Amino acid sequence: MTVQSATPGAAAKELARREHTTSQRIQHLLHQHPALSPAIILLLTVVCFTIVNSRFSNPAALSLLVQQTAVVAALAVGQTLIILTAGIDLSVGAIAILSMMVTATLAAENGWPAGLALAAGLVLGLAAGVLNGLLVTRIGLPPFIVTLGTLSIFTALALLYSGGQSIQNNRLPALLNWTGEGFAIGRFRVTTGVLIVIGLYVVVGFALSQTSWGRHVYAVGDDPEAARLSGVRSRRVLFSVYAVAGLIYGIAGWTLIGRAGAASPNAIVDANLESITAVVIGGTSLFGGRGGLLGTLLGALIVQAFTIGLSLAGVDAQYRLLAVGVLVIVAVSVDQWIRKVRS
Amino acid sequence: MTATINQPGDTALQVPILSARGLVKTFGRVIGLDGVDLDLFPGEVLAVIGDNGAGKSTLIKCLTGALIPDAGQLTLEQAPITFRGPQDARAAGIETVYQTLAVAPALDIASNLYLGREERRPGLLGNVFRMLDHRGMRDRAAAAVRELGIQTIQNIQQTVETLSGGQRQAVAVARAAAFGSKVVVLDEPTAALGVKESNQVLDMIKGLRERGLPVILISHNMPHVWEVADRIHIQRLGRCAGVITPDSHTMTEGVAIMTGAANLEDNTST
Ligand SMILES: Nc1ncnc2c1ncn2[C@@H]1O[C@H](COP(=O)(O)OP(=O)(O)OP(=O)(O)O)[C@@H](O)[C@H]1O
Ligand SMILES: [Mg+2]
Repeated sequence: MTVQSATPGAAAKELARREHTTSQRIQHLLHQHPALSPAIILLLTVVCFTIVNSRFSNPAALSLLVQQTAVVAALAVGQTLIILTAGIDLSVGAIAILSMMVTATLAAENGWPAGLALAAGLVLGLAAGVLNGLLVTRIGLPPFIVTLGTLSIFTALALLYSGGQSIQNNRLPALLNWTGEGFAIGRFRVTTGVLIVIGLYVVVGFALSQTSWGRHVYAVGDDPEAARLSGVRSRRVLFSVYAVAGLIYGIAGWTLIGRAGAASPNAIVDANLESITAVVIGGTSLFGGRGGLLGTLLGALIVQAFTIGLSLAGVDAQYRLLAVGVLVIVAVSVDQWIRKVRS
Repeated sequence: MTATINQPGDTALQVPILSARGLVKTFGRVIGLDGVDLDLFPGEVLAVIGDNGAGKSTLIKCLTGALIPDAGQLTLEQAPITFRGPQDARAAGIETVYQTLAVAPALDIASNLYLGREERRPGLLGNVFRMLDHRGMRDRAAAAVRELGIQTIQNIQQTVETLSGGQRQAVAVARAAAFGSKVVVLDEPTAALGVKESNQVLDMIKGLRERGLPVILISHNMPHVWEVADRIHIQRLGRCAGVITPDSHTMTEGVAIMTGAANLEDNTST
């Protein structure tokens, strides 16, 4: 302890500076900017795959990447909200499919006007979220159990309602197929669905970072009892998160029609795991209260980049699964490490 | 000690700002409160002392909406009132530092100070887009922390989890002091604090009293209690064992009543 200096204050500063090793500084940086690590990973992914096959970063491939990411990215918005409150949603895909099948069936079979059919589907998504929310906040069941149950219920309802049949886009009104329409900027094609998803990120991202509702979502995920004692209506906030998520899944279902060119009750079977993967790789903590939407968007892009990159590299598709699995474990380990930060 | 206005004699002439009658709170078969009365008069510091598990925290939680009493009546400024949750008590001007501190670790200091009462930007951005006034809240939070004389907190945007236990306590106290408009309740606010910081909190309590704000202070530190309290509510086994003042009883006598070694006969004021 022989720090030579004129004043005690300077000595303390000297010590404070010495304490920060490179690893601590990185830890601190990642702690303050949770989207930083997924951003770096995405950059590395793109660079590596481009080196392997230069076609990876040409505009056509990139626009395909964006379009293929859109549906999971939309679902992951709702999933992020729920994981921020330390919950988990296994019914994401089921709600999107149910909402989509009801919209498509009403329009194609029952002759409802497209706008009305779409509104009915979105309201159904909201109602499904409300059901999850009620079960979590009123009965106090763990989100995992609630959504495990509603996953089966909504999946069954979608199959029963649609008779297990897909509805091709030539039988659907223009409004429902609109999410698949698009325009080209050079060789980069943008669909309405992609724009809607970007809109979702902007609106929900704004609500999370700029409104008191967003603050409360983080506070409730962080420590629900502390939030309650601080005057936050924890249960109400939690409920609103499930309801909003349900509506978002409904919108995701609409973009899925455009993407898939049909409304099929057997679409996006991996939606639950893919949305959770995107959120986790995106740096949002499964323990709640930490993370954000930007990371989720990057996380969704990373997963899709692996899919496209590996197939362009001529690698067996199963390696993609392996790579994503490794990424998830790395991401959660990084989260654990970051949580130990002390300034 | 110049501001001591509430001698046991004249409390009868005054109207309590907050009072509770017959508060009962049970947790399954555990009796937390067994019919407790409490009066808080304007501009006084009322200390609540008692052994561990005597029901002090349960009592103030019932007063501040954190717990709903099974029975009993609360009166705020002579009007009966019921709190459905902490937010109701806060809205009524009762600000509390709970024993568990109730801060959100991942949020920064400024967000914690304003948690549950965020301020929006003026104009369209605030009214229509409900946008928060981040900068304004940050500046006012910094001022509130500075006012308390908490020098150890350097950055108001630091997350609370990176603070020491004492600094967290200081944040919780700053929040209560900054927002309390009728009553400030402090459940062991100096438990994790050093000597200097404890004295700052005691000075703050005296400052609140000078502003005319009544304070309920729970503490195990008898010298502190005898230094700042106007009256002392002794809680024992879920009941009130009596109310004394630092002048009517010595610390030893107070502790004797608290532990049941002595009884309070003639000095009960209510
Ligand atoms: N949520 C709860 N569930 C069950 N029992 C509780 C609960 N809260 C308090 N109790 C019980 O009520 C009694 C009073 O507890 P309380 O926390 O009010 O004590 P206290 O006087 O604040 O003690 P301390 O000095 O240790 O803080 C204790 O017997 C305690 O076990
Ligand atoms: Mg206590």
